[in-house]
Amino acid sequence: MTDITSPKPTARRGLAGAVRWDTAVGVLFVLLLLFSFSFVDNFGNALNVSFLIGNTLPIALIALPMTMLVISGEVDLSVGSTVGLSSAVMGALWNEGMAIETIIPLCLLLGVVCGLINGLLVTRLGLPSLAVTIGTMAAYRGIAQIILGSDSVTDFPSQYLDFGAGRIGDTFIPYAALPFVVLLGIAVVVLHATPVGRSLFAIGASEEAARFAGIRVKRLKLSMFVTTGVLSALTGVFWTLHYASARYDNATGLELSVIAAVLLGGIDFDGGKGTLGGAIAGVFLLGTLQNVMSLVNVSAQSQILVTGVLLVFSVLAPRVGRQIAQARARKKTVAAPPSSPAPATA
Amino acid sequence: MSLTTTTRTRRLTAALAVTTALVLGATACGGTTKDDANKEAGSAAAGKADANAATKKGLSIAFLPKQVNNPYFTTSDNGGKKAVEGLGSTYKEVGTSSGTDTSGQVSYVNTLTQQQVDGIAVSAQDPGALCTALKQAMKNGVSVVTYDSDTKPDCRNVFVSQASAEDLGRTQVQQMAKQIGNKGEIAILSAAQTATNQNTWIDYMKDELKKPEYKDIKLVTTAYGDDDAQKSFQQTQGLLQEHPKLKGIISPTTVGIKAAAQYLSGSKYKGKVKLTGLGTPNDMRAYVKNGTVDAFELWDPAKLGALAAHTTVALESGQISGKEGQTFKAGDMGEFTIGKDGVVSLGKPTVFDKSNIDNFKF
Repeated sequence: MTDITSPKPTARRGLAGAVRWDTAVGVLFVLLLLFSFSFVDNFGNALNVSFLIGNTLPIALIALPMTMLVISGEVDLSVGSTVGLSSAVMGALWNEGMAIETIIPLCLLLGVVCGLINGLLVTRLGLPSLAVTIGTMAAYRGIAQIILGSDSVTDFPSQYLDFGAGRIGDTFIPYAALPFVVLLGIAVVVLHATPVGRSLFAIGASEEAARFAGIRVKRLKLSMFVTTGVLSALTGVFWTLHYASARYDNATGLELSVIAAVLLGGIDFDGGKGTLGGAIAGVFLLGTLQNVMSLVNVSAQSQILVTGVLLVFSVLAPRVGRQIAQARARKKTVAAPPSSPAPATA
Repeated sequence: MSLTTTTRTRRLTAALAVTTALVLGATACGGTTKDDANKEAGSAAAGKADANAATKKGLSIAFLPKQVNNPYFTTSDNGGKKAVEGLGSTYKEVGTSSGTDTSGQVSYVNTLTQQQVDGIAVSAQDPGALCTALKQAMKNGVSVVTYDSDTKPDCRNVFVSQASAEDLGRTQVQQMAKQIGNKGEIAILSAAQTATNQNTWIDYMKDELKKPEYKDIKLVTTAYGDDDAQKSFQQTQGLLQEHPKLKGIISPTTVGIKAAAQYLSGSKYKGKVKLTGLGTPNDMRAYVKNGTVDAFELWDPAKLGALAAHTTVALESGQISGKEGQTFKAGDMGEFTIGKDGVVSLGKPTVFDKSNIDNFKF
């Protein structure tokens, strides 16, 4: 029983445990950074690093709640559409002459509503989140198109645009990275140092067992979907200001980048396993790889190929590793009784 | 456990309440609205230019089309490549594989700025989204030219326009008049009733028709096919039934003209009712060869790319800065003058007929 609530049962599993996937991704990210700083022309200057961070921020922002959702065994595919909807609403209301200080909280409220719809459908009707959010992915994008049409709104006030796209003096830090760092801190504490985080791991490992242990599974899941909705809407606001353009088709396909990065960071798609550190390392590994590939003139098509191969590898490798570890453990314990059975895997 | 989840829900409710209060507060106090945000407009043109400055060699010029591997942009960028290399500079093409990936386009502009290219020729997917990145590029000494599709004027040095709306409108009427011998009823098959570019062209067509030499031509109606192949096909059918004396159809949209040609080529009107307008050679080749269509027009994308290349090099060489009235030479294409808002126009559209259509592959 203790195994269920323990966040990382892998840590005790001999050789495979010694090389944890998320640590490996972190090391890989650092190696890539070192390599790029030394060998890639134009990579190491402050302007480029600020571009890199700015382009990766939308993925990083949504990766925070997505990591928690996936750990609890759910997923939200409607995040890209929620970004688009928030952007479209922002543009339409701005065209109506509403103040931007009113529009931004309204967009966040909209994110709450989007998340509530997803969460209620999943928790009250018991539908699988994959199916629900494929549906709302189409629906939210459709509403966005109805609201703004094929217009693009660009004339937002310059102080807000500067916040979305500018960086602090001549440093490599974009203004918008500051709120992200705060949110990252909150997320790390919540997931890895509070009962809420431990409950999420428990739900992901076994929902039934978590319920018997007294965890309010539905309520917790609902609040995770709402958090995802709010952060997606916030990303919509950031996206609109960063690219100075409110459009209904903003952030098309963003959900795939987020999920790819989170899986690459070692979050198990079956739930119950992973760390935020791994997810963020995955996000910035992909972002840096993309930046470097552009700088050395790798074509757009090849970039997609590289990302795809990396994703398949990142889903496969931990599973293969786990199976090898299990096979070894079985060999070792042929004589002795098994010490701690591994949680259900492939 | 249950304690924490209920506190969490309570906290969530509290957060909602606070946000709502904030919204109401902000509404009450006003704030920054569209009316407050006074934008300083104007072209990015700055600095002096010397028309006689030597053309620089060894520059690196990058083309960033709306979409790579799209036949139209492949043709135009190859025209740009030939011109860039002919001027002794190096050419490269980068871009996204989707035509609506604005964030991808932004990161390509940023990458090119990083790589310290001398000039960027870009076809913008969105008039506003590229602005910050392009301004950043210009600040770092990169010459920025838009072609085919413009940004806001202050985000680039010069826009190379495919053809002026006036030229496109008037030449289509002239082409039609030639084909029907200056006499008879004609109709227009447009795209959507609200399409701005279509309506501008149609206004110029109507203006052109007021000239005395067209007194025997009568524009009977304008139909709208909404750039939908099936609807345009049915509209053509309807036009011919309602107006049995119809002599010609002008369709200033590539979808419309193709659908109309498809209908005519399978009907008894083939060769009798003339059809012209704006189309692409690949779409129209079969109908020109089987005698349904005599001639239609469009700009030549290869020349558009070449002019964008010449403009970029002229900017980088200091021959122009983007101000209205400056002139520069674009190789064997002749001399061009920069118009209002820093726009250079490619000039009269290219007419495609049996004699030349096989030279164009887009």
